[in-house]
Parts: sequence; structure tokens; C-alpha cells
Amino acid sequence: MEKRSERIVTSTIRIAGSSSILFLMLIFIFLLREGLPTIGEVPLERLAGERWYPIEDLYGILPLISGSLIVTVFSILIALPLGVGTAIYIGEIAPQSVKEVLKPMVEILAGIPSVVLGFIGILVLSPFLRRAFDLATGLTALSGAILLALISIPTIASITEDALYAVPSSYRYAAYALGATQWQTIWGVAIPAARRGILTAVMLGIGRSLGETMAVMMVTGNAPTIFSGLGSFTAPVRTMTATIASEMGEVATGSIHYHVLFFIGILLFIFSLIINITSSTSTERPREEKAQVVS
Amino acid sequence: MNSLFEIGKRRRLVNRNTAQEIGFWGIRLITLFTVLPILGIVVYIVIKGSPAISLEFLTQMPRDGMRAGGILPAITGTFYLMAGTALFSIPLGIAAGIYLAEYATDNAWTRAIRIAIISLAGVPSVVYGLFGLGLFVLFFGFGISILSASLTLSIMTLPVVISTTEEALRSVPYEFRVVGLSLGGTQWQTIRKVILPEAMPGVVTGIILGLERAVGETAPILFTGATFFLPRLPRSPLDATMALPYHIFVISTQVPGMPIQIQYGTVLVLIAFVLGMNLIASIIRSRARARRQW
Repeated sequence: MEKRSERIVTSTIRIAGSSSILFLMLIFIFLLREGLPTIGEVPLERLAGERWYPIEDLYGILPLISGSLIVTVFSILIALPLGVGTAIYIGEIAPQSVKEVLKPMVEILAGIPSVVLGFIGILVLSPFLRRAFDLATGLTALSGAILLALISIPTIASITEDALYAVPSSYRYAAYALGATQWQTIWGVAIPAARRGILTAVMLGIGRSLGETMAVMMVTGNAPTIFSGLGSFTAPVRTMTATIASEMGEVATGSIHYHVLFFIGILLFIFSLIINITSSTSTERPREEKAQVVS
Repeated sequence: MNSLFEIGKRRRLVNRNTAQEIGFWGIRLITLFTVLPILGIVVYIVIKGSPAISLEFLTQMPRDGMRAGGILPAITGTFYLMAGTALFSIPLGIAAGIYLAEYATDNAWTRAIRIAIISLAGVPSVVYGLFGLGLFVLFFGFGISILSASLTLSIMTLPVVISTTEEALRSVPYEFRVVGLSLGGTQWQTIRKVILPEAMPGVVTGIILGLERAVGETAPILFTGATFFLPRLPRSPLDATMALPYHIFVISTQVPGMPIQIQYGTVLVLIAFVLGMNLIASIIRSRARARRQW
């Protein structure tokens, strides 16, 4: 009796343990199921077109990809120095008491729902940017990028901090023994030793930015335009995620438009898989590297 | 050689201690630049939103096309979604965490599970929405409902619950397991009676953080369970529901002439919800840390 219940529990736990694989496959299968018909309905060269205008059957997804890339790249340019700088401060410089205040603060930022950031973006950030840069509208790629930076900073900061923490203290002692200042040690030893972790942090930050929906949809103005030089930063754009979120509610199930939106979902899913799998394998490597340093 | 050394000396523009001072101040400034917006946003919302908060606001149905009255259906909807998500993701997440920490050996299958968990954690929220629409709403025929939305949010929350459960179990010292087994307990008895209770604070923290994320999400419920307006509260899990994050989206972008105070009030309620859960999680964590004897 005892043995049988034990076996039931154990096998239940084993099945539950593998559930993640099942769900990941289910997501992929159902995206394919609803998205693949696109290939037969819209010729590939029109899918790669430069105009997204579903009412006239124009399903060019280039402007959407361009929009996603513009806000993502720009947001990382903002979030990288801020996130890494904050991590250096928390991990290397700040006294314990300051650290205990700062860490929860960054956690709070991670917890603020993106719809709230979008709300602040509409009411505070966009009007401010419109006045500051004298724009026709405040709903631009720039506003989106700033909000995305806020969203990816906690990811970048916490992973960078972990990476700095993982640098053995013997490295630092060696640098001090050679007469380096703390600052020289941070720049010359700790950061180079943590570079893989920092790279992972940036990749996951990119993943967060690329996949973020609500904040971007609310502040980027949602005009599907293609990147055309620096002016694109202060012009409205439309991202892949925002397109799905704003149009899926209005399309008829099974229509071409519906299939194309799922097709965009497939692209997003594949992007996120590539980013997450490559960054997860790159964090495992330092172990060999450290072994090399020791030998 | 000598001249090279001289050049090296001359090119060092600032003393290295000065360089350190400048560098440290630069980093401090960057940190300030990161932290100020966080504080600013929270304080601003509290100041702008608190005048709207009243018993009526929290307990009444909306009136005049949501331009007056309360936000009761959005609050209860968020509670329903949270309960539904907890119902599915807690047992499954804890079981999967137990598997990874206690049963799994380091083989290809386990590595595949880990990659799947990492991948699930990175899937964009709107893609979860599409998946929920395809599987739960259409394929299973649950329709736009609390059930579909909760299931979608559960799968999204799962990676957080699994990883924190595993981490909490792993932090329980190996000796506890040896003692449990040596007293004649089976592996499952040892886990249930010894390991899990010790790891409970960590597990609960993970669950709260996972649910906190689910409560704030909008994109996954857009086409799986959220609705613009309900004249009454949902009566069954197969009803659609209003929810705080979606409500904020609707009243800030879709309803013209929406009183600004109601908007800030609604945002404040959601922020209080989320930060409250965050606070509870960190209290549990620090209490457990203080009490821990190993």
C-alpha cells in the first residue's frame, strides 16, 4: 500500500517535471496551426513588402520588424549603461546599508506592470518629449524606447550584479596586491571577468524589449513606418507585438489577417527562443574558462 | 625603452586616485538616474491617485460609461484571475520544482527540461495571448473566459514558480535528506515531511512573485478573457471578466473624456496590489532568513 502510493506520487512528479517541454511544444504547435496558412494565402514577396495596410490586403511585415528593431536597439542603448552602472554600484561600490535600499528599489521597477508604465508614458513622458523636442506628436519611437529601457533595466542590472558577484574574490585581491585602485580593479578585472554574464544580461534585456507589448503599444503612435534615418526615432512607429495586440481583437477567426497576425507571433516566438537559448548556453561556459585560468 | 616609459608617464592625464573619484561619482550619478524615475513614478501615482480612492470607488460598479462610480468588477476580476492562476500553476510548478531538485539526474532530458523552462520564461506575453486564444479559447472551446485567461497566465507563471521552488529545495542541506531516509522514510515522505516544510518560505515567495507578474499582465488576457465592460460581476469561470490592467489600458486609450482622477485612482489600486504582494514576499523571505538555523 505504502509502496503503491509512493510510486503514484513519484510518477506524477516525473510527469509534472516534464510539463515545461509539453507546454513549449504546445505553444509552437498552436502558433504554427494558426499561422502557417499565411504562407499559402499571402505570396512571400508581398509578406516581405514595405506596407502594412490590412484593409487593402497589404500584409508587408517589414515596417513592423523595423519598428520593433528601432525601439529595441534604442532602448538597449539607454538601458545598458544605466543597468550595468547600477549593478556596478550595488555590487562593487555601495555600502551595505545603501545596497539594502537599492536592491528592493530595482525589484520594484521590475514589478511595475507595463500597462502602468504605458499610462505614465501617455500622460507624462510623451507630452514632455513633445515640448522638449518640439514634435508634432509625443507618441514616438523615442517614448517607446525610454519605457522599454525602464522595463529592461531590472533584468540587465540583476543579471550583471550576479555575474560580478560570481567573479572570485581572489581575482580582486590579486589586482589590489599589484597596486591597482578599486576603480582599476572594477574596470580591469571584475568587468572583463564578468563579460559573459553581462552579455547574457544584454541579450535578455533585448528579449524583454522585443517582446514587450502594452507599454510600447500605448506610446509609440502605432504608425507602420520603415526606418529612414535618425528622424525615425522621433516619429511614430509600430512594433510586431503592438500590431498583434491591437488588431487581433478585431479580425475574424480564420481570415487572412488573423493568420498573418499568428505568423508574426511565430516570428516573435522564434526570436525569443534564439535569444534565450543562446544566452543560457553562454552563461554555462565561464566554468571551463575559469578552469583554464587556474591551470 | 626609456622614452616609451616617459610617454606612458606623460599620457596619464589624471592621477589614478582622481580617476577613481571621477569614476565612482559617474557610477553614483548613473544609479541616481536609474532610481529617481522609479521613485518618481510611484510617488507621482500615489499623489495623483489617492484623492480618487474611497470606499465607493473600491466597492461600486462603474456608471456613465465608466466615467463615474467605482471599479469593483475590475478588482474582483483581478482576484478571480489570480485565484485561477494560483489553482493551476502552484501544484504543477511545485511538483516540477520537486522533480528538478530531488529526482532529476543530470542527463539530456533534464537539460531539455531546463532549456524549456528558460524558453518559456522568455516567450513574449502577447505570444502567450495568441497561444491561449488558439488552444483554450478556440480548440478547447472555453471561449473568452476566466478559465482560458487563468490557464494562459498559469503557463506564463510556471517558470517562475518552478525555478524558485527548485532553488528553495536545493538550499536545504543534504544532511536533512540523509537523516530522513535513515529514519526509514521513503524519498517522498522525506520530501513531504522534512525538505518541503524547510523550503516553504522560499516556495511561497516564488509563488507570490509569479502571481504578482500574472496580476499585472495585460497582453495574455487581451484575447483570452478580458472584456471592456460588464454590467454585472462574472458568475462562472466561463464568463469573461474585467481586470485592473486591461481596465487601465481601456480607460487611458479607448474612452474619450475619461476623468483623469479615476484613471490615476485605478492605476494606484493596481500598483498597491502589485507592490503589496512584493512587500509580503520580501517580509516572508527576510523572516525565514532570520529564523534559519543552518
